[in-house]
Amino acid sequence: MKRSPVAAAIAISVGLIILLGTFVPIPLFAAVRLELVQWAAILAGVAVLVGIGNLFSVHYQKVRRREKGWFYSLTLLFAMLATLLAGVIFGPTGAWMQAALETIIFPVEASLMALLSVTLLYAGIRLLRRRADWMSALFLGTVALALLASVSLPVIGEIPVLSDWISPWLTYGLAAGGARGLVLGVALGALTTGLRALFALDRPYGGK
Amino acid sequence: MTQALPLGLVILAAVLLLALTFIKRKSPPAFREIAALARLKKAAGLAVEDGTRLHVSLGRGGLVSPRGAASLSALALLRQIGEQTSISDRPPVATSGDPVLAALSQDTLQAACQSAGVDELFQPTSGRLGGLTPFSYAAGAMTVARQEQVSTDVLMGDFGAEVGLLTEASERENSTLIAATSEPSAQAILFASAAEPLVGEELFAAPAYIGNDPAQRASLQAQDILRWLVILALLAAAGMKMVGLI
Repeated sequence: MKRSPVAAAIAISVGLIILLGTFVPIPLFAAVRLELVQWAAILAGVAVLVGIGNLFSVHYQKVRRREKGWFYSLTLLFAMLATLLAGVIFGPTGAWMQAALETIIFPVEASLMALLSVTLLYAGIRLLRRRADWMSALFLGTVALALLASVSLPVIGEIPVLSDWISPWLTYGLAAGGARGLVLGVALGALTTGLRALFALDRPYGGK
Repeated sequence: MTQALPLGLVILAAVLLLALTFIKRKSPPAFREIAALARLKKAAGLAVEDGTRLHVSLGRGGLVSPRGAASLSALALLRQIGEQTSISDRPPVATSGDPVLAALSQDTLQAACQSAGVDELFQPTSGRLGGLTPFSYAAGAMTVARQEQVSTDVLMGDFGAEVGLLTEASERENSTLIAATSEPSAQAILFASAAEPLVGEELFAAPAYIGNDPAQRASLQAQDILRWLVILALLAAAGMKMVGLI
C-alpha cells in the first residue's frame, strides 16, 4: 500500500474548501463546506458500526485463542449480542433497553467515577513521595484550598475568608490565567498539526 | 475584521511551516531536552529488545470535532513508534475511544509495518476501539495494559478525567508511563498521577522528538515562532490598555 496521490489530492482539496468556507464569506464555499461536514457526520456514524465490529473481532479472537482474561471477553461478547438483540426486537426506547441502561450501564459508569475519585485522592497523596519539589507542594496546597473552599464544614459551614476571597482569586485569577496559557499553547499546536495534515505532510489516512 | 486576524494567523503559520520544512539546513534544529520523551525513545528500544509491548492510548477525540488535532498528533506519534517497534515479537497495540480514530490507528500501524519492511507482521487487531463512552474506553484500555505484556503505556491525545484510571492501571503493572493530553483538567490529573507528565503543547512536540521527520521539526519551530508573536502581542495589548490607547 503506497501513498495514493489521489487520496492526498482529495484530502487537500476538501481541507482547503472547509478552511475557505470558514474564513471567506462566499455563499458557495459555505454551502459546499456544510455539505462536506454532513458527509463526514454520516461517515462517522458508519465508523461506529465498523468500530463495534472491530471490538467484537478483538474479543472473539481472545476467546477463540483462550488468551489471558478470555472469560471477560466472553462476557463482553454475550452482553454485546444480548443488547443488540434487545435493541432490534424491542427498539432503543423499549423497556428492556431502558432497564439495561438504568440497572447496568449507568451504575457501572457511576461506580467507575467513584473509583476515579478514590484513585485521584491516592495519586495526590503519592505525589509528594514521587516528586518532592515545590511545584508538587504548590499543586497540592492549591487543591486543598480549593476543596476546603468548596465544601460546607460541620458547625462552621463555609470558611469565610477562604470561600469569599482566596478561592475566587485562585480560581478566576491564577488558575484561569494558567489554563489560558495552556490553551493558547495547545491552540498553536493544533493549528500547525492541522496544517500539516492539510498540506499532506502528515497522512493519517495511510500509505508508506 | 473579526475573521481577518485568525485568517492572517493561519496564513502566517502555513508560510512558516512550508518554509521551515523545505529550506535545506546544514544541521537539524536543536530542541530543549524533555525527559519524558527521552524516556519514551529509550522505552521503545527496550521493548523491542526484551519482547514486550508498547500500548499507545490515543484518547477519544473524534477527527470531526475541535479536539481532532490532539488525535492527529497522537497518530503521528503512533506512526513513529510503530516504525521503531514493528519488528518486535510483540508489535505495539493502539486503543482509542472513537471509532474513526480506531480505524485510522489500524491504518497507521499497517503503514508503519510497511515502512519498516515487515508487512507480514501487521495484525488488524493491533488498532482497537476500547469503548464508546469515556469510562468504557478506559476499562477497555486498562485491560490491554494488564493482559498483554505491556512494558510502556503511552497516553497521548484527547482525554478527560478517565485518564486517572489509565495511569493507575499502568502504575499497578509497573509499566513506564508517558502521558500528555490537550484538555487542561486532564493535565491536572496527569500532573498528580504520572511520574513525568507532559504539559500543554508538549503533546504536539512528541512526534518531532521521537522521529526524524523534517515536517514535524518545522511544525515545532513554527509553533515556537508563533508563541513568541502571541507573547509580544499580549504584552503590547496590555501596554496599550495601560496607557489608554485601546
